[in-house]
Amino acid sequence: MKSEFPILHQDINGHPLVYLDNAATTQKPRSVIEAVKRYYEWDNANVHRGVHTLGSRATDAYEGAREKVARFLNASSTREIIFTRGTTTALNIVASGYARQTLREGDEIVITPMEHHSNLIPWQQAAKATGATLKYIPLQNDGTITLEDVEATVTERTKIVAITYVSNVLGTINPIAQITEIAHRKGAVIVVDGAQSTPHLKVDVQALDVDFYAFSGHKMCAPTGIGALYGKAKLLERMEPVEFGGEMIDFVELHDSTWKELPWKFEGGTPIIAGAVGLGAAIDFLEQVGLHNIDQHEKKLTRYAMERLSAIEGLTIYGPREERAGLVTFNLGDVHPHDVATVLDTDGIAVRAGHHCCQPLMRWLKVSATARASFYLYNTEQDIDRLAESLVKTKEFFGYESIR
Amino acid sequence: MSQLDDLYRRVIMDHYKTPRNRGELEEGSVTVNLNNPTCGDRISLQLQLENGIVRNVKFTGEGCSISMSSASMMTEAVMGKTSEEALKLADKFSALMKGEPVEFEDYEDVEALSGVNKFPARIKCATLAWNALRKGVEHGEGKHEGIED
Repeated sequence: MKSEFPILHQDINGHPLVYLDNAATTQKPRSVIEAVKRYYEWDNANVHRGVHTLGSRATDAYEGAREKVARFLNASSTREIIFTRGTTTALNIVASGYARQTLREGDEIVITPMEHHSNLIPWQQAAKATGATLKYIPLQNDGTITLEDVEATVTERTKIVAITYVSNVLGTINPIAQITEIAHRKGAVIVVDGAQSTPHLKVDVQALDVDFYAFSGHKMCAPTGIGALYGKAKLLERMEPVEFGGEMIDFVELHDSTWKELPWKFEGGTPIIAGAVGLGAAIDFLEQVGLHNIDQHEKKLTRYAMERLSAIEGLTIYGPREERAGLVTFNLGDVHPHDVATVLDTDGIAVRAGHHCCQPLMRWLKVSATARASFYLYNTEQDIDRLAESLVKTKEFFGYESIR
Repeated sequence: MSQLDDLYRRVIMDHYKTPRNRGELEEGSVTVNLNNPTCGDRISLQLQLENGIVRNVKFTGEGCSISMSSASMMTEAVMGKTSEEALKLADKFSALMKGEPVEFEDYEDVEALSGVNKFPARIKCATLAWNALRKGVEHGEGKHEGIED
């Protein structure tokens, strides 16, 4: 599998690269790089307007990618797929175009403390702007939530439940179908942050019955700067556009205008055409490997990583022990995670250190920062062996140095 | 391990494990709060300036070995110096981070951080305390109206 990813074949600080920062962004397979290159070398033009041949080819490539995304998520129609810059933009469209337009004082938005800032701040701001209340489903000690707490937190006044499918820090996998059932029963819509789930598990938005679902391409082998928002057509139709300009209009008069149909009314300006082409190629690649196989591979790697890392004395792992996604967040004794990441980097191993855009969650964990190793389809058990060996070395290095 | 040994010299680990001037000052001091939003390091620096001289300086905060040891060294380096000298030292430290050969004659411990320039991602850790110092001194001299967080 590594052979498909050119970037993985290099030495970093004299060691073969082990890339374990996949929850931040993933590497790109040759087929995706080639698709973007081919688009720019052969098909590049603006979409939805050119009468010329390239214009048609570019439009076909762009709309073809939308069909792939719709099929990938099992949306009922391409009208429900809006291309965005990524998850953040997608969630902001819902917060601005739906929440701010429908919430009234006294209404509630329910989220969790494990949300990435991108699924937290848009709701904070929407609550402030409308007088709605922001409520949190409490976390259990292992970083999971219970359905009883969802029942208790979501009330008849709740209009929006916004939750991540998979936590980028804890690795928690939330029971989205059950939470959706609760939200709907109480009259709320559900918005799902799919940034960490879409690359790794088979997602079926109709089976889950979610109202909105956001994801980023770059975490699933596609280029940066492309992602999508899925929304049920009946909700998207009711929403006003968030960005106004070219591409999204139907008729423009001097003092008023009308909008294009879904999904284009939400895609003002020249869209991210090459990004969408890359996303389409990434979906082809992932489907060829098989989402089920990716899921199984990562489960196996995660079990192995939990086993190897748990054996290191003084290493603390955060999040649930079982039923977790393909990442391990940890701290190594009192060695600061930046120092851990620097030592690992000198061994050619890339991990993330910091607050992972989850400051409230860091406070809940009572740490200022953590280190995180996150896996993808190209990682191997040997990568995890290298990680474990380097962590032991880090411990020895700082242990020795700290003798006064 | 040589590059690592160069980054984490014994003197750095000593300042990290046994920070100098860690704590808070009484009234009559300037407080600067700074953080690195990308990584979560934060420092609260308190400066007591009298007649253009750094009479006392203390810090609290949390962060990696580089940011905290740098803060500890900085406080020792600027204690008793004039504002002008303190700002000059801050400039010198910036030069050190660019890999320029500079010497801290009065307080050589700081030079131990020279290895950081080989780790671009860590330079912002080392400069956090010095940026706080610069803000505090400039504020003390009335060049700035307020102190940003």
